[in-house]
Formats: sequence, structure tokens, C-alpha cells
Amino acid sequence: MVVELGHYALILAMLLAAAQAFFGLLGPALSRDRWMAAAPSAACGQFVFTALAVGVLIHAFIGNDFSVRYVADNSNSALPLFYRVTALWGAHEGSILLWIFVLSLWTMAVVARLRYLPTEFGARVLGVLGILSFGFLLFTLATSSPFSRLFPTPADGASLNPLLQDPAFAVHPPVLYTGYVGFSVSFAFACAAMIEGRRDQLWARWMRPWTVMAWAFLACGIALGSWWAYYELGWGGYWSWDPVENVSFMPWLVGTALLHSLIVTEKRGLFKSWTLLLALATFSLSLLGTFIVRAGLLISVHSFAADPTRGIFILAFLVIVVGGALTLYALRAPRMQSNAGFDLISRESFLLFNNILLVIAAAVVLAGTLAPDIAGALHLGTLSVGAPYFAPSFMVPVLPLLALLAVGIHARWKRGGLSHAKRVILTTLLCGLVIGLPLSLAVYGHPMPLAPVGAVLGIWIVLSSLVDPIDRIRRRLTLSASLVGMTVAHIGLGIFVLGITFVSSNSIERDVAMKPGQVAMVGDYAFRYEGVRDVSGPNFTAVRGTVTVTRHGQLITVLHPEKRRFYVQGTVQTTAAIAPGLHRDLLASLGDNVGAGAWSLRLQYRPLIRLVWIGGVIMALGGMLAVFGRRQRGPATVPDAIPIGAARRTPA
Amino acid sequence: MNQPIEGAPTPPQEAGTGSSRWRFVLPLGLFAALLIVLFVGLVHSPEKNIIPSPLVGKAAPQFSIPNLVSGGEPVSNAALRGHWSLVNVWGSWCATCRDEHQTLLMIKQQGAVPIIGIDWNDTPANASNWLQQLGNPYQQVGEDPNGRVAIDWGVYAAPESFLINPQGVIVYKEVGEITPEIWREQFLSRIDAAGGASPPPATGG
Repeated sequence: MVVELGHYALILAMLLAAAQAFFGLLGPALSRDRWMAAAPSAACGQFVFTALAVGVLIHAFIGNDFSVRYVADNSNSALPLFYRVTALWGAHEGSILLWIFVLSLWTMAVVARLRYLPTEFGARVLGVLGILSFGFLLFTLATSSPFSRLFPTPADGASLNPLLQDPAFAVHPPVLYTGYVGFSVSFAFACAAMIEGRRDQLWARWMRPWTVMAWAFLACGIALGSWWAYYELGWGGYWSWDPVENVSFMPWLVGTALLHSLIVTEKRGLFKSWTLLLALATFSLSLLGTFIVRAGLLISVHSFAADPTRGIFILAFLVIVVGGALTLYALRAPRMQSNAGFDLISRESFLLFNNILLVIAAAVVLAGTLAPDIAGALHLGTLSVGAPYFAPSFMVPVLPLLALLAVGIHARWKRGGLSHAKRVILTTLLCGLVIGLPLSLAVYGHPMPLAPVGAVLGIWIVLSSLVDPIDRIRRRLTLSASLVGMTVAHIGLGIFVLGITFVSSNSIERDVAMKPGQVAMVGDYAFRYEGVRDVSGPNFTAVRGTVTVTRHGQLITVLHPEKRRFYVQGTVQTTAAIAPGLHRDLLASLGDNVGAGAWSLRLQYRPLIRLVWIGGVIMALGGMLAVFGRRQRGPATVPDAIPIGAARRTPA
Repeated sequence: MNQPIEGAPTPPQEAGTGSSRWRFVLPLGLFAALLIVLFVGLVHSPEKNIIPSPLVGKAAPQFSIPNLVSGGEPVSNAALRGHWSLVNVWGSWCATCRDEHQTLLMIKQQGAVPIIGIDWNDTPANASNWLQQLGNPYQQVGEDPNGRVAIDWGVYAAPESFLINPQGVIVYKEVGEITPEIWREQFLSRIDAAGGASPPPATGG
């Protein structure tokens, strides 16, 4: 009966979400104070019942209740307790439930900060969030309830996909979803601002910390996913431009544009309509991403199921939410334009270029992701778009973006010219060249054409980011949290660029068939294959190989790649052995028995690959520092009192 | 609703030229276009999980490759004429082929159709070893060391198998291992529906 309780909890949560939307939107419209006051209470109730539903499903997983179809499909009594809990988000139904739960958590965070917003604005934000919660809850209850029963009850479950039995997988989806869903708050703020037709730019100040938080979580989520793919999929790939990866990357790119454009709107009152559009676009892309993956709208190695009813429901939901918001935009945004100018060479114009290039980059990814779909729809045959398209096309907007960052970071608000910063720009560029070129050409050698460019840009960005903070410390000025956050994030970006550059141009990969005792050279490293033997794990048996790696005669490491066969599902999984290091990773993975005692092996040398994830996490850390270091402003009492002209008093 | 408060007097320079309203409608238009793409994609989605094989319903591609048995006649389309046959693409390096081998031996025992093997990306020595150790279900095995034939047949990975009717037309393609169930449900059912197998010729090539 506990399971039915979960189902009823979801129904109650849906009704409360409807109440939250109703009171949140109509309360301010009809100027009814008590209606507005009801919105946060409804939101709290919705959170409680959503949490209850999640608790019930976890309870079913822990108790091995295989009469629940979702548990039977995704768990097994032999599965360790930890993975029985994380199996909650192992497939479609549970993932959507997790989505809803995370949305209710963000809603609660908004409720907790409500006193810093004008009452009407806060109510409208909750109203928009209520519509989103309602839509998702209805979707779950109508098409994909995780609480459906299975009769007759199977003796045991089908178990979790072995690829997902991994600690990184336990945290990757929740973190990723926290990022995705977090943009719903930016979306709700943008809608609320448009409904009110606000002429000021206070909404940008309110929206900014939420956007930065969501952005930071998304960055962490993407980095975790990449790391998981790297060691779990067995072949040492960390990014394959798979549709599922792309749909998480697009909101991140547009979200990056959004948080830069928000700065301009908050500080200078410019780009208002553009910022609003970015806020709508970022969340729409998150929504599209969630649904595209889940509804099987795109061909993907990750996709779980293709179910047309779900797809139709999803499209209807997209029409209402995104179409509605864009209609609101078409009606209201023209009234919300800004009236201030700036010179061609100013911080504003650099941030404008930043925005344009980031949006182009996202468009490149979107085009490549949808191209196979469009080709299929027009009967042009099966088209597959992979790294050969994405990698070079993505460089076109991104290389100028990075160079403009290193220069534009020194530009001032409003005032023109860079002459004051000429020396700094040239010095940092020179340092970048002096460090980057030898590193790329001499230390790692044999680079591809763009490698020296990437190396120089990465170092240039790190150095440029440090100029302003160091200058302020020398002059004994205070460092604001947003400056510290920005600096850290930009340093993270520079480190990320260095990692990507070296790992993509200096990796070495060899596929070999080896007999025990044979040695293969991978760069300077000698991989000696010692043999294989059979081992057994908690829910699998495996063939384990032994590979000894030496360099110039010195033992570096011993690798044990495995090929696992899981009992329950009978699937075979290749587990690469990785010797991690800050300056390089060494990998060995086991292929097939090719007969006569020989096995096929893939051996890899990947320099500086750790910098890719470290850079991503540092970027996210920068975002968090900026948000949590922010000075608390008093409750907003006079929302509309600041005329547009007054905002010019704060030139950063 | 709050009345928007008129801003301070504005300098003439403006980022956009104001009243051109169409650019605010443009996002909505783009979104509508995207929706159409998604909708069409959705309607077509059930076909997507199947790797399309344009070969089904067409004549088997022409091929003629060396016989694994040295001195034997080349293996070619001639082996497929006049009776139902099963073309199985395999290699001694392929673990799944080892599992599938038992089913192939069973099919040989039943004698419904002759099996023509295409030994893909392999060496004759390894292939012969494999057949000696595990038994030989094939009437003939052709050597395709460079994957030329496999490309013509649209093979992505081993094992893949093709059911070919007496007219030499590909009736069905199985990607991955043939299990006894798949053999019954996908292959035998098709042969029966078409009026049953003609007895295979007595001798191999």
C-alpha cells in the first residue's frame, strides 16, 4: 500500500502546483493580497508531497519491491544497497521524478528568498514555476508513472544497466539536473519581468545569482558526465558530441552568454530585451534537452525508449511553455528596450561580441544535433554527424571568443579605447607566447596546427584574468566577491583550454594484438602484456589482464584492464585500467581473445586530460564564489523607484 | 499590474532602432520551425532504433572471394542460386560469434538451409583453427580479409546474417547473434511463409 501512497502524493503535488500557478499569477493581476500569500504555501505543500513520492520510490527500491514495474526493470536483489538507491534515476520515469523533485527544491529556495523580492514579482515567479511543476507532474502521472504495478510479481528484478553501476553515475544526473532545472528560475524571473512590463533593470540584479548557480551546477554536471564516460565506457573518450552530451552543452553555452549579458543589463541597463530572450532560450534548451533525450526524438546511444504518446505530450508542453513565453516576449519586450549608448571599444561591446559568439557556438551544436533528424524527416537518407563536423566548426566562433576575452577583460564600461591597457595586453600576450609556444612545440611535440594557438590562448587568458585582482591587491583595494568569482572562473576556462588543446592534439592511441610477454611502445612508454586470468566480482565474472608499463626502463605502473560479464543481464562491459596523473593518463583496455593466447588491446597515452575536468570544476567554483560571497542587500521595498538614468552611477 | 514608470530623458543613441517589431517575433518563428522538425522527427521515430538496411528486398550483392579451403572453388553468388540460404558474416576474433556458433551447428543439423560463411577481417589459419576446434556449420566459407565484401553487404560488425531466397534476393537481415528463438521466429517463419525450403543441394563447393 505504501506504493499507492506515492501515487496519491504525486496527485496531491500536482493539484498544489496548479494552486501555486493560479494564485501566483492571478493574485497580482487582480491585486488580491491573500491570493498572493497563498502561492508560497502551495509551493511548500507541493515540495512536501513530491519529496514524499520520492521517498516512497526509494523505499520500494531498498525493500526490493518487484511488484513495482519500475523497480523490477531497474533493480535486483543482488545489487548493492547504494546502487539500489541510485537506480531511482536509472531510466525514464525516475529521471522525470528526479526532475520534478529538483524543480520543487529550487522553488523552495525561491520561497526562502522571497522577502528580497517585491511581493507581486515574487508571486508571479512562483506562478510561472507552478505552471512548470504542474506540466511535469501531469506528464508523469499521464504517461510515465514510476508507481505502476507489475502482475504477476517477478521473483527478482532485471537489474540496473551495468554502465550505470558507478559512483560517478550516482551523482552525475542529480548535479546535471540541478543545473538544467535551475535555469527555470531565470526563466520564471524573465516571465515575471515581462508580465509586469518593467522598465527598470532590477530584475536583472535579482535574476543574476540564480543564473550563476544553475550555470555552475550545469558545468559540474557536464564535467562529471565527461569523466564518467572517460573511465566507464572503456575506450578513453571524454567527449563524443553525442546528442545527449550536446543537449546539456547548449544550455550551458547560452547560459554563459546570459550571465554575461545580465551583468550589462544590471550595471548599465542595456541589452534588456536580449537578456530576456537569452533567459527564455537557456531554459527552453534545457527543456528541449530533457525531452529530446527522454522521448527518443533523436538518435542517440543513450536513449532509452521511443514512445509516441510521451512525445506528443512533450511537444504540447513545449508549445505552451516556450511558445507562451516567446509570445509574451513578442508583446512586451519592445516596451522594455534600453536607452543608453556605448562606444565601439568598451566593456559593453566586448560582452556583446561574447554573447554573439557564444550563441553562434550553440547554434553550431544545435544544427549538428538536429541535422540527422531533419535529413531523416525529409527522406534524405541516414545522416550521421560526429566529431569531424563539430570539432572544426565549433572552433570558428570559439577561438575569437577566447582571444576577445583576453583583450576585453581590460576594457572599461562605456568609455572607449584600450590605450590605457595596451601595455598589459601586450605583456600578457608575450608571456603567453613565451610559455605556450615552447610547451606546445618542444615539450609535447608533433602538434596539430591549432595546438600552439590553443596553448598560447589558454595561458594568455589565465594571465589576463589575474591582472585586475593583482592590481587591486597592490593598491590595497578590496576585492568584491563577483571580481574574485569572475577571476577564478576565467582561470578555470584557461586551464580547460590548455587541457583540451593538449589532450586532443598530443594523445597517442594504439590498437594491438599481443601475446604474453610482448611489448608495445606508446610514445615513451613501453606497455608489456603479461597475460589474463579469470576473476569474480560481487555481481559479475571477469577476465582481468595485466599490463606492466615502463619508461626508460623504470617501472611506472601496473594496469589491470577487465572485461566483465554481469550475471543478471548477461551484458559484457569493458573496464579500462587507468593510471591517472596530473601531466598524463595511461590507459589499457581489453578487447577480444584473438586466439592462440593473444588478446587485442587498446593502449593510450593522454597528456593533461585532468585539466579538462579540473578547469570545468574551477569554472563552477568561480560561479559559486560569486554567488555566496555576494553582499546581502536589504529587502526590496521600492521596486520601481530607480529610474534608468540612475543606474549609471555604478561603473563597476 | 504595475504601471511602467517613464525613464529619465534618453540620449538619442540607441542599441536597436526601436519600433522594428518583427525582430521580437522572430524567436517565435524560429521556435515554430524547430517544433515542426521535432514533430516530423517524432512521427518517424519508431524506425530509428532499427539500423536501416537498404539491401532487404534487393538481390544479394555480387561477390566472388577465395575459398577458405585452399584449392577450393571461389565462393560467389552461384552458391546462393536455386535454394534458400543463410549468409553469415563472422570472424575468429569475434566473441559473440563463438556463442552463435552453437546455433549455427544446430541449423546445420536441421538441414533446412545451407550456411555460407564470410570470414571477415581474419586470417585463414585462425579461421581454420576455429572450425577445427568448434565444428564446421558452413557449406562454404569465403575469405574477406580486407572487408571488401562486408562493405558491399553493409556490415557494421560481426556477427551479421542474411536470409536469401531461391531467387537470390535478401529477405531478412539479423544484426547480432542468432539465437534458437530468433532462428525460429525470424528465419524459419519467413521460409515457411514463402512455401518452405527446397532441399539444399547435396554437395558443397
